[in-house]
Amino acid sequence: MAAGAKVGVVVFPGSNCEQDVAYACEQLGITARYLWHGERDLGDCQALVLPGGFSYGDYLRAGAVARFSPVMEEVIRFAETGRPVLGICNGFQILTEAHLLPGALIRNARLKFICRNVALRAEASCDWLDLPQGTVLHLPINHGEGNYYCDPSTLEGLRDGTAGRVILRYCEEDGADLPRHGAPNGALDAIAGVSNAAGNVFGLMPHPERAVDPQASYTTDGPAFFTTVLALVTEGVR
Amino acid sequence: MARYQIYVTYKQGIFDPAGATAERALQQMEFDEVDSVRIGKYITLEVAGEPDAAQRARVETMCEKLLANPVIEDYRIESES
Repeated sequence: MAAGAKVGVVVFPGSNCEQDVAYACEQLGITARYLWHGERDLGDCQALVLPGGFSYGDYLRAGAVARFSPVMEEVIRFAETGRPVLGICNGFQILTEAHLLPGALIRNARLKFICRNVALRAEASCDWLDLPQGTVLHLPINHGEGNYYCDPSTLEGLRDGTAGRVILRYCEEDGADLPRHGAPNGALDAIAGVSNAAGNVFGLMPHPERAVDPQASYTTDGPAFFTTVLALVTEGVR
Repeated sequence: MARYQIYVTYKQGIFDPAGATAERALQQMEFDEVDSVRIGKYITLEVAGEPDAAQRARVETMCEKLLANPVIEDYRIESES
């Protein structure tokens, strides 16, 4: 356990999952520190989490305005030095808008805001998740704009690892592929989470921080996301 | 002072669920001639200075960086002085 490691949780106006992330960290013995969107000093944080919510009211596009917050210049610098950055839901949208991750998240294909638990399959490893390929996880999703899209050449780059990696896909309960266009939000290739090519930046639409406390969660598949990266940080790998 | 109108739409080939929903509604209302509806954003800018090429280039940069996301959206700029 990576007790004492420090995670920065970036808070934008309209973020609403920062306390869930901090609570999850606390449950796992990790120190969480909030970083307000106007800050330029990340202090001694060893990893960063951009939490879910509706930063800047999702005005213009989800994540579009948050991406130009003062703190994001530091987040980008932090990511470019190979240190771990996680974006959950709105945080994922912000990381794609900042071009730290490939693609974009557009409106759900069937226009519904979706709030339910989903099955996910681990496809590859990154700094934030290192499970055998094919492992099935269950996590809640809670979004109106989680429909992952990228152009065909980027999709090819996700397959060969040059543009990044697909880390999580939506799947059937038993881990089988969904039918074509079967992702709950219509995501291209059922993509639920991607990392950059280096593997230190990871974004996903599901909420691992809401699957940590057994008394409040449908599953406890969330801790893996936090303990994996903190093992790397503690060992000085990142 | 110059005024710019900016139209932002999903790129062709990206499914627009809001447009598709309005399209179906129009067809159900017996506007059978409707083949396609796409819904986008309309943004107006009032910009200080002369509407010259340099100013327009800056407006294009605004579109590329913030007002549109080139990964998923196209934009069109119209201007009047």
